[in-house]
Amino acid sequence: MILLFLLCISLFFAVVLAFVGDWKYAPEINILGSGATFAAGVALAVQVYLQGPMTVGGKFFFVDAFNVYLAVLTSFVSMTTAIFSRKYMRVEREHGRVGPWKMRFYHAMYQLFIFAMLLALLTNNFGVLWISMELATLSTVLLVSLYRTPTAIEAAWKYFILCGVGIAQALFGTVLLYFAAERVLGIGGEALLWTNLSQVSGQLEPTVLRLAFVFLMVGYGTKVGLVPLHNWLPDAHSEGPTPISAVLSGLLLNVALYALVRCKVLVDGSTGTHMAGNMLMGFGLLSVLVAAFSLLRQKDVKRMFSYSSIENMGIATFAFGIGGPIATFGALLHMLVHSLTKSAIFFTVGHASQMHGTQEMDRIRGLIKGNPVVGWSFILGIVALVGMPPFGMFASEFLILTATIKEAPLLTPLLLLGLGVAFAAIFRKVQPMVTGLVPSWQTPLRAAHIPVVLHMTLVLLLGLYMPRFLSDWFHTAVGLLK
Amino acid sequence: MSMSFAAQVNSVMAALILLTAFGLLVQRRILGLIHLFAWQGLFLCISTAIVGYITGMHHLFISSLLTLSFKVILLPYILYVLIRKLDIRRESEVLVNIPRTMMIGIALVIFSYHLTAPVTQLSTMVTKSTLAVALATVMLGLLMMVTRRHAVTQIIGFLAMENGLFFAATSATYGMPMVVELGVALDLLIAAFIFGIFFFHINTTFDSLDVDQMAKLKEED
Repeated sequence: MILLFLLCISLFFAVVLAFVGDWKYAPEINILGSGATFAAGVALAVQVYLQGPMTVGGKFFFVDAFNVYLAVLTSFVSMTTAIFSRKYMRVEREHGRVGPWKMRFYHAMYQLFIFAMLLALLTNNFGVLWISMELATLSTVLLVSLYRTPTAIEAAWKYFILCGVGIAQALFGTVLLYFAAERVLGIGGEALLWTNLSQVSGQLEPTVLRLAFVFLMVGYGTKVGLVPLHNWLPDAHSEGPTPISAVLSGLLLNVALYALVRCKVLVDGSTGTHMAGNMLMGFGLLSVLVAAFSLLRQKDVKRMFSYSSIENMGIATFAFGIGGPIATFGALLHMLVHSLTKSAIFFTVGHASQMHGTQEMDRIRGLIKGNPVVGWSFILGIVALVGMPPFGMFASEFLILTATIKEAPLLTPLLLLGLGVAFAAIFRKVQPMVTGLVPSWQTPLRAAHIPVVLHMTLVLLLGLYMPRFLSDWFHTAVGLLK
Repeated sequence: MSMSFAAQVNSVMAALILLTAFGLLVQRRILGLIHLFAWQGLFLCISTAIVGYITGMHHLFISSLLTLSFKVILLPYILYVLIRKLDIRRESEVLVNIPRTMMIGIALVIFSYHLTAPVTQLSTMVTKSTLAVALATVMLGLLMMVTRRHAVTQIIGFLAMENGLFFAATSATYGMPMVVELGVALDLLIAAFIFGIFFFHINTTFDSLDVDQMAKLKEED
């Protein structure tokens, strides 16, 4: 019941905001909608924690420890992003970059996007999972091109075409999965349900599933932004409005990885080998390395952090590929802390680029003197992002590294190289941005501090202390993903 | 109509779908592309109805009607209106020359047969031989998107891929569950609106729909 309510809230607010999205209080309505979604998400999580996994609405929806934590994370980050977006979009509107129509469109699509992600996470049906992934892409395509600049349109077109092509491969994979499942479960809608498939995964035809996984990997891998399917990602994540960058990097990539991991569990269960896991490891490690070296060459600040998203999703994919309790636990934690850290960084980056009127890193200077809260939270965000203790990312990367040394020792130097290069690249670029004198072109700004502080506190707490309910959840999820 | 005859008609439809996919690959005029796309949709619609008749699965008739209304009537109509509004009748540019494109296309068809061989061996369905054609249609759509530089042509390639996927679902599994097919149709409808809007944005920003002009976003050295 709570689950249906959770999904309906964002859909309802999407419709409302389509009509009133340019009102004076529309950002507050947006916050209210995301806040209500978050409250429903927490209620759902409590229910799942107390009663265990369940199916809702005639097996159409399904919640377990794995997807409920992502659902709570999605609703939380979308709420804080809505808070950030209130001040950010007001400034954009004052600068005349968005008009009333665009504001309506922006707010409505924001809520629709949240709906699509929650549907993808909570559905029990692999077909509906595909549909909602596509819906999530479609709802954000025109948000990426919101500013109508040539580069924004180019980025959005790339995003639309490449993700459309990629995800079409995933649909072919889903057809093959259905083909294999039908032979065991019989014809009808039941054969695509995760709850049914996971029980009979051992009986599914391995040859078909192996072929299906190749297509699913290419399809959902494109949406995760795995190298070499990542071309659209830095463009799409850097050209749109910053709140959209924050949710794309922080949330949508997680949802796509979630879909991929669900498929991997089925395929490895069917083939009895580690083939799907090995593919995830390969793509993950390649993403880490390529993204780390690409970081060195960036000039645009949002573009750089998009590459950092590729790198971090690569780490999580790699860890899911290794499998086993430690690596999977690390990957789940990594998805959580990366999502919180990256969206916090995008918040500060958004303010920083508004203060300087540019996203070029060479022209962003003296942030600490100009606006201490923005500057310091930027530094702390970076320290967390590159995996320094005591932040949560240190814990997750440490776990993943430990598992790598144990399971695949030969890959450890490569992973360390990626992490090291990324560390150096990001630090080198960010250090001059925060220190130094305030340049003449910097303008003061009333920044939204609450979201950043909230996120960074959570990331810090997760590095110092893992709450009982969270570790229980993760342990259950690790059991599910065996 | 006996079953074996119906199955043969279905194979003919599969052959025609593949033929239109090759036609799309080499057709230069955009209006011609739209016509070919509509024909492909029609063959798909007939094939789906035949499979529905052979197997007695009535939801396939609904999918067949969906195909007819979306892919034969609505989408070609939208595309037609768009190109008339934007006044683009010109021939579109081709990156790779046509004979070479055809050769790559043939290689892709063979590759598709090779790839789906293990699947078709397992299948007991009357439609099993058409799965390779479906995958080939997807691949040819993909090839078309890669070799063409015009926004409208790329979209038609995208839609042809979608046709191939739909055909795959019919031939491998007698159609996906209804909820999935409706959802996919809804996504396609939204995508149609989005590319419609896009054509206008690209056209006003770049003065043409040639996507080669959109090449500013890349890594600098």
